[in-house]
Amino acid sequence: MSLSLIDWIYLAAQFLLALAMLAGCWRMLQGPRAQDRVVALDSMYLSGMLLLVTFGIRSGSLIYFEIALVLAALSFVSTLALAKFLMRGEVIE
Amino acid sequence: MNAIPEWLQLVIALIVLAGALITFIGTVGMVRWATFYQRIHAPTLGSSFGAALILLGSSLHSSFALGRPIMHEVLVLIFILITTPVTLMLLARAAIYRDRSEGSPGVPPPPSHPPLTKPKQ
Repeated sequence: MSLSLIDWIYLAAQFLLALAMLAGCWRMLQGPRAQDRVVALDSMYLSGMLLLVTFGIRSGSLIYFEIALVLAALSFVSTLALAKFLMRGEVIE
Repeated sequence: MNAIPEWLQLVIALIVLAGALITFIGTVGMVRWATFYQRIHAPTLGSSFGAALILLGSSLHSSFALGRPIMHEVLVLIFILITTPVTLMLLARAAIYRDRSEGSPGVPPPPSHPPLTKPKQ
């Protein structure tokens, strides 16, 4: 019962989140316009953050949680700056 | 670190799996839908229920492992729930501004009323 059912379930969850990041990557490369790419970047940030949280559950250390918090803040700031850039053509005026 | 009973580990793992599945469904919607205004809805499935379930699973796991309530993950969840509507609203407004200034079809025209009057139906 070493690599038990629970490990397989976590592995499946991580696989799904990695597929979600891959889908975001596809949309970011494919996206017909700039706003599609920004949405894809935001969803990739989110999937990566959730992937880090599942790594933290499996390893049992709290350091992954702090990386997840930093990633959430970075996602907010970067998406906000990109939306401002798409709206006005510059970020800080 | 306490040993978590087997059934509880199974329940937590299933909660995490459900969150991952919901996030994945959201990104599939982002890939498959046709226009930008449809696509912007789909990843919020992951940022509401997907993130909530995975962070709940993480919170339960570390709470039972350490033997005291761990509420750090709620912080991340509140942050995501506050920031996602703000950023996506700004992004949608930027997109509609760009579409209007290019005259693309399928975009509602800008309101012709002055801003403080209520628009007629």
